[in-house]
Amino acid sequence: MRSRKMPDGSAFAPQYASIPHRDHTAELGMWVFIATEVLLFGGLILAYFIYRHAFPHGFVEGSRHTEIVIGTVNTAVLLTSSFLVAWAVEIFSPATSRIATWLLMGAACLGLVFLVLKGIEYSKEYDAHLVPGIDFQSAGPLADGVQLFFILYFIATAIHALHVLIGICLLTTLATICRKAPTTRHHTALRSAALYWHFVDMVWIFLFALIYLPGRSSS
Amino acid sequence: MSEWRPPLALIGAWLGLLALLALTVTLAYVPLGASNAVVALAIGTIKAGLVAAIFMELRHRSGLTLVFAGAGLFWLGILLWLGSMDFLTRT
Repeated sequence: MRSRKMPDGSAFAPQYASIPHRDHTAELGMWVFIATEVLLFGGLILAYFIYRHAFPHGFVEGSRHTEIVIGTVNTAVLLTSSFLVAWAVEIFSPATSRIATWLLMGAACLGLVFLVLKGIEYSKEYDAHLVPGIDFQSAGPLADGVQLFFILYFIATAIHALHVLIGICLLTTLATICRKAPTTRHHTALRSAALYWHFVDMVWIFLFALIYLPGRSSS
Repeated sequence: MSEWRPPLALIGAWLGLLALLALTVTLAYVPLGASNAVVALAIGTIKAGLVAAIFMELRHRSGLTLVFAGAGLFWLGILLWLGSMDFLTRT
């Protein structure tokens, strides 16, 4: 998708041959950054698989204690937010800068909704004595596995929530900057931020499948 | 005045993702034994593929960008494969 008629802004840096060259480099750089993030979350997912392999029943039991309604709503919220960002990237031009700003603000608000719901979920888990290290009470033969599940649950979701928070700041900043006279440079910045936001969405898709879905079919 | 409208592909991907979410939650309550985990991860992978291809615009990208995007996946494969080998083969 080539951008529509848009001012190219200030001249590009000397290391680039052209503006498309600059934009392509930015995109490749963003993918390298995402690869490092894949490995960050990949390590957590590997730990999850190994401990789930060692404590299969404890993990399923722990999973049953999570709030599937909040988890499902939050997945829909993030997917919709990603849709709004992709929409803003697609229509971005001086003529549509107001709409793009609203789309980005809408996406950032959905990100906030996600964090608020996550906070409600954490507080419910605290009330249910499910926070290892602070207040964890569980008896029975599965207690160790359940505790390991919740340790990984809190680390993975907290790191993910931090990414959502950073994403909200990025989207809000870009919405503010792009409000007037957007240039191709802004478009490139927005596309980089959009890649990050979609990646955060993708991580949640897998966390959702690993955290909330196991153990639902048996009581 | 149609320049603000989202392309059909984006709307389709969004609705498809929400439908897959509904499907995966529904299937989680159907007793399939060990297949429940496989189904959940398979649907998750399809959802991630939709996000990558359409929201992240990888379907319009070629060569170099796909290599850069695939590199993360490649390293993740090595991490998960070598990382879990010991635990899966221990007796």
